[in-house]
Amino acid sequence: MIIANLPALQVVVPLVAAPLCAIFRAGHRPWRITLAASWAAFACAVALMRRVLDEGTVSYMLGGWEAPLGIEYRIDTLNAFVLLVVTGVGAVIVPYAKRSVESEIQPDRRGWFYTMFLLCLAGLLGVTITGDAFNIFVFLEISSLSSYVLIALGRDRRALVASYQYLIMGTIGATFIVIGIGLLWTMTGTLNLADLASRVRTMEGAPSVLSALAFLTVGISLKLALFPLHLWLPNAYASAPSTASAFLAGTATKVAIYLFFRFFFTVFGGENFVSKTPIPEMFLVLSLCAMFVAATVAVFQEDVKRMLAYSSVAQIGYITLGISLGTQTALAGSIVHLLNHAIMKAGLFLLVGCMVFRVRGFRVEDLAGIGHRMPLTMGAFTLLGLSMLGVPGTVGFVSKWYLGVAAADLGQWWLVGFIMLSSLITMLYMGRIVEVAYFRVPSGAAATATEAPAGLLVPGLVLAGASLWFGLDTSFSLGLANRAAAALVAGVF
Amino acid sequence: MNVVLAHLNAYVAVFLMVTGLFTVVNRGNLIKKLVGLSIFQTSVYLLYLSPGKIIGGTAPIIADRYEIYSNPLPHVLILTAIVVGVATLALGLALVVRIQEAYGSIEEDDVHRQSAPGEARQGGANGGEAP
Repeated sequence: MIIANLPALQVVVPLVAAPLCAIFRAGHRPWRITLAASWAAFACAVALMRRVLDEGTVSYMLGGWEAPLGIEYRIDTLNAFVLLVVTGVGAVIVPYAKRSVESEIQPDRRGWFYTMFLLCLAGLLGVTITGDAFNIFVFLEISSLSSYVLIALGRDRRALVASYQYLIMGTIGATFIVIGIGLLWTMTGTLNLADLASRVRTMEGAPSVLSALAFLTVGISLKLALFPLHLWLPNAYASAPSTASAFLAGTATKVAIYLFFRFFFTVFGGENFVSKTPIPEMFLVLSLCAMFVAATVAVFQEDVKRMLAYSSVAQIGYITLGISLGTQTALAGSIVHLLNHAIMKAGLFLLVGCMVFRVRGFRVEDLAGIGHRMPLTMGAFTLLGLSMLGVPGTVGFVSKWYLGVAAADLGQWWLVGFIMLSSLITMLYMGRIVEVAYFRVPSGAAATATEAPAGLLVPGLVLAGASLWFGLDTSFSLGLANRAAAALVAGVF
Repeated sequence: MNVVLAHLNAYVAVFLMVTGLFTVVNRGNLIKKLVGLSIFQTSVYLLYLSPGKIIGGTAPIIADRYEIYSNPLPHVLILTAIVVGVATLALGLALVVRIQEAYGSIEEDDVHRQSAPGEARQGGANGGEAP
């Protein structure tokens, strides 16, 4: 019974737990509910992944209504992989949330914070698991609306403006996605993704289908902060509470990128359709801009969280670079970078949260000498920083290697050079923090800081450990990524 | 002229869409931006609903008297979209109220001037437990 309904439970568990948090707001109860729900969601994702690996694509009809008419949840390797990433990041972050939320958010708002966190999780899982185009929009808005609230709960009044900006940009993005889906629906009369895929391929070159593709591309680009549309992201991530920054950086943009994979390759059939449009070239240029411009901006940030946020924009550039190359190797690199970047960026935000918990400042100078006072935190931060650079033995190396190999296979050697050059810029901004933390004399609050409490420290260390583990043993992550990429290239869903 | 009339619904929808987007971009007042955003979202409702209507069509009723019916699916979809739109507008307005409380203004320029880096680090709209 439970096994058969796993796909529904994946979304329903956090969705039902959210109002429970709102009802039982007192004391530690919201946190306990969130902890149970997020680990249950992770267990669901693991079980679903096992089922997908055993049986192939899992299809689930909601309410028993048959597929093209009813809403279908459809899970293949790619979905299951993204579900694992999202629930995994959620499960690691919730234990951290307890102390972090207590120190950053007023008591009467804590219950609401967890409510919004669970709604956001439910929305992201819904977007990933559903096989229905309109359902994607609804879940996307559930996750977006709750993340606006999460950001508005941030540290000072600038969080309100950041949240407002994100609301405007996010809603424009979502509306573009609905327009795209609407155009597809008027052309094909179906909203089921698998059904859409088979019908769209017979309509090559129809203007309405092309404009649907254009609207979807712009809308999803806004949601995932592709380079020129990224302006909402740095403010939002910088002002959100530490827990929310880490969670959103690890999951929200990843799910939007999953939509690109799904629409470009599954629905529009990659090679046959998308590559006849200027999208691959456009993505190539924008990805390179993201990798260089956003990374360079990150070098000059005074605020550590803003720096990490700009670095996110740059890292998203690597993932879209893989999409623009479009070969199986490149897509595998992109998909594995979804996991790798989620681990690295969530970990970095959690560790910065630990430092902020002690020194109460967000500027780079506030961290002077902190490496001597908080050796574990800063050690893990340095490890994740090396991973961002792409040092062999860490996860960052695996994805950059795959992207480099894909570029070399296509004979684009200059691109390999650019990938290496962009790592140098990463070294500048990550190295700056490491330099300040280890080679300056501690001053101010940093001089008396001690390691953060275990509840805060351990989740960050777990993610740093994961970046080593998946860097050394790539059979799990790369195996799944290769399988998912092969299905994408073949257009199988 | 016939081309325009035949696709009048599409022209109206696109006109509203562009009007809404222009208002969002052009206006500095945070509430007017939200009004523009609402117009933009509403235009999409038209884009969905108008192709679903067949002239002379009824609601989908199974009876001998009725042969042509309009597709009910867009109405269902747009009901959902309206709910999303209402929620977005409500949240946006709530944020504007909070911005007015924290900054004393709802003009974008004023707000950005006040939240420029280096100034007003201790805004304290939410505060938390500051040490």
